[in-house]
Amino acid sequence: MDGPFGIALQLIASGDAALMQIIALSLRVSLTAVLIACVLGLPMGAGLALARFPGRGAVIVVFNALMGLPPVVAGLLVYLMLSRSGPFGALALLFTPTAMVIAQTVLILPIVVSLTRSVVEDLWAEYREQLRSLGAGRLRAVPTLLWDGRVSLLTGVLAGFGRASAEVGAVLIVGGNIAGHTRTMTTAITLETARGNLGLAVALGIILMTLTLALNAAAWGAGQWARGRLG
Amino acid sequence: MRAELISARDIATAILPLRLEHAGVAVDGKPLLADLTLGIEPGRRLIVMGANGAGKSLFLRLCHGLIEPTSGRRIWADGTLRPDAQAMVFQRPVLLRRSVSANIDYPLKLRGLARAERHAIVARTLDRFGLSPLADRPARLLSGGEQQRLALARAWAMRPEVLFLDEPTSALDPSATRIIEEMIEIFAADGITIVMTTHSIGQARRLAEDVAFLNRGRLIEHGPAAPFFAGPQTPEARAFLAGDLIW
Repeated sequence: MDGPFGIALQLIASGDAALMQIIALSLRVSLTAVLIACVLGLPMGAGLALARFPGRGAVIVVFNALMGLPPVVAGLLVYLMLSRSGPFGALALLFTPTAMVIAQTVLILPIVVSLTRSVVEDLWAEYREQLRSLGAGRLRAVPTLLWDGRVSLLTGVLAGFGRASAEVGAVLIVGGNIAGHTRTMTTAITLETARGNLGLAVALGIILMTLTLALNAAAWGAGQWARGRLG
Repeated sequence: MRAELISARDIATAILPLRLEHAGVAVDGKPLLADLTLGIEPGRRLIVMGANGAGKSLFLRLCHGLIEPTSGRRIWADGTLRPDAQAMVFQRPVLLRRSVSANIDYPLKLRGLARAERHAIVARTLDRFGLSPLADRPARLLSGGEQQRLALARAWAMRPEVLFLDEPTSALDPSATRIIEEMIEIFAADGITIVMTTHSIGQARRLAEDVAFLNRGRLIEHGPAAPFFAGPQTPEARAFLAGDLIW
């Protein structure tokens, strides 16, 4: 059991402290980014679905395009903002978990906004007259539509989490992969593979895959349950 | 219940009669409704008839305030642009993805009613229309007939002075249709004015006190139901009624 897989399983089974610390930080950063992206993105997406203003089409196209924003570019942008000579340099956030959260939020936000817009726009077409008749204007319709679209929206939120937990470029650039401070599962895999330390890399890979699988299974189950329960 | 409805109304100004004065709706210059002049009087059951495309649904939406007249005027008796004391039930009602009770509660919440009051109204509404056993069921999983019953109950809970119904039974089987018609009788007995479209002449005969007949976006007959069914004044209405008899 000296191969990378053997070492990986031993590391996981022993609950290696460094390993656990990396996992905890990864989850903390990605989940915080998802949370912030939802708080901002759900109302933004719904607003974009219901509002009519000049340039709306352009905004939609930009958000759709940003869903494909390369993580390294997002990282670079946040790096420029946060570096000492950048506009927010005085905050000294570069190479901290906070910077990583910001970079991942930038990555996820377009996914949440675009998916929310699409879901809410479809619902609005169906609900519009009825809600108007019941006495809900556009503004009041937003929370109603978000709530009624909750099952579909969960998929988007999950896609956002998937993107955040899988990316390496952005957290590497703004976090710096500092051991015990800003090292996440993906940056650790990159580093350990380069160093030939495959056991740790494989262990992290297995855990990353397992987490993703578990999350998707949970979301799928929740969706199935909700469809049966809510129609 | 009835006394309560009336006392609630005494405080607010009555919104009926609703008057349309030469009201028309044109889309891209094409008139879909033209030169409609009529009054909708309180306490009556008005059935709006006409062939497909005559503008029946549009007429209801115009009255209800979902669309604005592009010519002429729509005047409520209380002087407001869109009074609260009205409701509409659509051919295919949209129920929210939540429980039956929560669907009834939703418009009450929009009106800012206190929780305790809403709770009482919801319970009374469920009880009134035999929906109590379904109270916690998800509304979207009800049968078509049950969904339409809920849509009517939701409208009733809003305590409208006037209820607009757009072919409420056209997607329902005969027994569900009968239940909906009974509900409409309850509304009428509560003093709620009914304005309803239907393409079923049998249903119109059963429910109508007054009839408005639309042809190509124009109101060509309007008056009490009995003389209309006995002898329509216009050739279009005669043809419409006869067409149904042939079938």
